[in-house]
Amino acid sequence: MNITFTLIAQAAVFAAFIWFTKAFVWPPLLRAIEARQKQIADGLAAAEQGKKSLESSSKQAELAIAEARARATEIIAQAEKRDAQMVEAAKIAAKTEGEREKAAAKADIQQELSRAREQLREQVAALAVAGAEKILRREVDARAHAELLDGIKKQL
Amino acid sequence: MAAGKELTPTEYISHHLTHGTVQFGEGSFWSINFDSVSVSILLGFVGLGFLWWVVRGASSGVPTRRQAFVELLFGFIDDQAKGIFRHGDRNQFIAPMALTVFVWVLLMNSMDFLPVDWVAAGTKLVAADGFRIVPTADINTTFALALTVWFLMLYFSVKAKGFGGWMHELFCSPFGKWMFPANLLFNAIEYLSKPLSHSLRLYGNMYAGEIIFLLLWMWAATGLAGTVFGSILGLGWAIFHILIVTLQAYVFMMLTIVYLSMAHEHH
Repeated sequence: MNITFTLIAQAAVFAAFIWFTKAFVWPPLLRAIEARQKQIADGLAAAEQGKKSLESSSKQAELAIAEARARATEIIAQAEKRDAQMVEAAKIAAKTEGEREKAAAKADIQQELSRAREQLREQVAALAVAGAEKILRREVDARAHAELLDGIKKQL
Repeated sequence: MAAGKELTPTEYISHHLTHGTVQFGEGSFWSINFDSVSVSILLGFVGLGFLWWVVRGASSGVPTRRQAFVELLFGFIDDQAKGIFRHGDRNQFIAPMALTVFVWVLLMNSMDFLPVDWVAAGTKLVAADGFRIVPTADINTTFALALTVWFLMLYFSVKAKGFGGWMHELFCSPFGKWMFPANLLFNAIEYLSKPLSHSLRLYGNMYAGEIIFLLLWMWAATGLAGTVFGSILGLGWAIFHILIVTLQAYVFMMLTIVYLSMAHEHH
């Protein structure tokens, strides 16, 4: 029960242990905990930022989709219009071509017809001349009566 | 249990309450209780060494179970220090000191749980006269702790307020400068009572706990029924003592923080 030198020894031991804890135990743990706190705070901030950027990028994506949709509609409309135009043009072209061919055919026919008529006329004229020769039973001077014959030919 | 037949109850108890001492000078002061000193040093190395060993490899990532346990302790101490000490960076001194006090005192108090007679069977070999394994049941230990805190209190008073400020406080607080004798008396009583109540509270609790254990163990001398009865009572007391051991360590730490915080306050 006496107060002895133990008192001083224990006080010295106590002081040494306080120093030890203060120097070697407390600071490293404090550092670790503070570093972890910082990490967690950073992580939360990063998550928050990620959320924000996700929101903005999804908004952007929506915008892009809407734009693309509008473009697509426009392109389809244009295509349809061009399609209609092409069909129309083709129709017109076909029609003109048909008409042109028809006209050409008509002209051909007309030409053929007039040639046939000419041939017929010549043949008839020759026949008429031959017939007249036979009727007159005398030689007709073709050269002398060419004018006459031409006149007859024209009348035919 | 090992209450030998040749011992009377008084002899049994007083044998267990005898320190292992070494006398090394004239007068009763110049002796050292090597039991208290060696056990407390050993426990300090065990407790703080464990903390150091865990903390040395502390990671700021996911902690291991061991580290999480130490961090719980750390957080508990830091919360107490944060709640009371508001006069600067508590990590500088107050909080590490509170951790030291709590861990060390808790371990020293816990020595009460070891069965004294079994321990005595071992320590008899090195210290025949006696060996007490509860350092905090030695007034020298608790008074050493309280006195260290007291000197730190003076140191921080002077450091926070300057020597003049501290003197001014001694003479002029709480009644103003015209009542300086009363002020001085008041402050003297306060400075005297702090270390006394600080150390005697812990010492009284641990000493009483030790004596109650010894009284209970004496049942074992009365035969088999007494042994069983004494063991049951001893178990009950040990369980209750867990509360006392922890509570006293906590109270000692809290008072340490409170006294050192008060030293920083300006009046």
